[in-house]
Amino acid sequence: MSLLVICDHDRGTLSDASLEALTFGRPLAAAAGLEMGAVVIGAGADAAATGLGMHGASTVHVASHPLLTDFGPEAWGETVVQLVRGTGATAVLACGTDRGNEVVAQVAARLDQPFVANCRSVDPTGDGSGNWTMTRVQWGGSLLEDTTLTAEIRLVTVAHHAVEGVVAETPASGTVVPFAPELDDAVARTVVADRVVLTRGITLSTAPVVVGGGRGVGSAEAFAPLEELAGELGGVVGCSRAVTNNGWRPHSDQVGQTGTRIAPEIYIASGISGAIQHWVGAMAAKNILAINTDREANMVTRAGHAVIGDLHQVIPAITDEVRRRRG
Amino acid sequence: MRILVCVKRVPAPGARINVTADGQTVDAAHLGFTTSPHEECAVEEAVQLTEAHGGEVTVMTLGPAAAEEQLRYAASVGAHHFVLIPINDVDWDPQRTASALAEAVAAVEETDGAFDLILFGNESADAGGFQVGVRVANHLGRPIVNGIKGIDIGGEQGGELDEGVAVARREIDGGFEVYNVPMPAVLGVKEGINLPRYPTMKGRLASKKAVVATDERTVEAGGQVRLRLHRPVEQISETVILGTGPEAAPAVVDLLEELGVLS
Repeated sequence: MSLLVICDHDRGTLSDASLEALTFGRPLAAAAGLEMGAVVIGAGADAAATGLGMHGASTVHVASHPLLTDFGPEAWGETVVQLVRGTGATAVLACGTDRGNEVVAQVAARLDQPFVANCRSVDPTGDGSGNWTMTRVQWGGSLLEDTTLTAEIRLVTVAHHAVEGVVAETPASGTVVPFAPELDDAVARTVVADRVVLTRGITLSTAPVVVGGGRGVGSAEAFAPLEELAGELGGVVGCSRAVTNNGWRPHSDQVGQTGTRIAPEIYIASGISGAIQHWVGAMAAKNILAINTDREANMVTRAGHAVIGDLHQVIPAITDEVRRRRG
Repeated sequence: MRILVCVKRVPAPGARINVTADGQTVDAAHLGFTTSPHEECAVEEAVQLTEAHGGEVTVMTLGPAAAEEQLRYAASVGAHHFVLIPINDVDWDPQRTASALAEAVAAVEETDGAFDLILFGNESADAGGFQVGVRVANHLGRPIVNGIKGIDIGGEQGGELDEGVAVARREIDGGFEVYNVPMPAVLGVKEGINLPRYPTMKGRLASKKAVVATDERTVEAGGQVRLRLHRPVEQISETVILGTGPEAAPAVVDLLEELGVLS
């Protein structure tokens, strides 16, 4: 009996999200009396599979098939379903990224099993009658829900950023086992047909520094000083929902529940009141500096550090100071 | 084109959410309700697609009787037909919700013909189960891709342009994945795919006359059972005020140096 962790990777490089899932999975598998295995799918999976023993996987299933060259939610979901049937796994875990939740939802629909998305904690001893209990995220994290899960095969994702991915204290064998699923051509209908690269390098979700602007910035043009500061700090600009609704920035810059979840070393939130829907997208930041004229704004009271003042004066002054110190 | 959009009535995002004493649901007193944001964009997308290609938009919701408000709002921005699957005030679990929706979709399709496209929001703003659309697509035997921020009708299939293909763009870090999905298909869309319009006066009048069909469904509960909702313990931290106005800049840069982001 095993817990199978779905590990996502980008052409062979494991995602941080996968390491979070493995980190979350280790104590869960131990408490449930299950062996922890991992599955990596598609082109590059071989490279991603090596070293998973270090993260506590005893068996690493490497799935390959001509239809698994690029991501496809149905192809990936069906692959995991066949692996679950083949190995007799009784639980499946992934990180609750968009992709992780989508693949596990596919598995759930195909197996007709319940699926509890975005858990913060899971207790496999649960209610004492074989059901698991868990606390999961609602409203992107501003509300929590305790649930019981009654299922033959437990399907769970762990909320992204709920844990930090670290290697196992005691490594497992990490034995690589190839797996060849039988895939119907029908799953090809949802395999990625093409990719469009818009930005190379750092992005909102990976940037070490995010300089955010809200309604207080005032216009699309007034974001220029924020861009300048972000450029100096090797970061990127983000914004609130009010900004995208006003058409000042593209939606891809939006930080929040319906935008991007960020986790930078520091988030400089300027002119942002800090509505809950924005906060849940920013709360994984390691440090938050709020710049606001309102001492009582939510963003200010929740931030570790704040400057009270007009961002139009404060931001350029910070940029100048950074440049001055660099000489 | 025949397009169906499934929407959910949720408390207006941004409000402080309180929980009822029994922890079973949110306290609706003092709350405004709205269409879940991804789904509001899905309705807009459906209306735009039918404006460009002809056809009609049906909007379906599973929710309390009050969810009729969200269906009428959809009417005010250009949707044509409306179906309410009534439940009592407590959310149904995702499996149960999906089964009821799939049955109701099949019932509409039996009389009126298949939908070319069914749109869901990527996830609901409140429960965020990330699965109802996938389950409904599976019940109906149709392809589904989530996270969609762009849809064009007509795409390449087998080296030729095929009007029966929906080209769907999914936002990923730093770009897009492109999917050529043969219709009938299901797509889970995200906010940002468009900027939803506001209702016009004409739209508001039309919404008052819109006919909402009711379709009661009795389906079994799934394996995920809510024990209680609760608010997370807020980590109250004292905010360190670094200063006031531009004079605070040196203190800010000290902090940046300390965090090692100034290298």
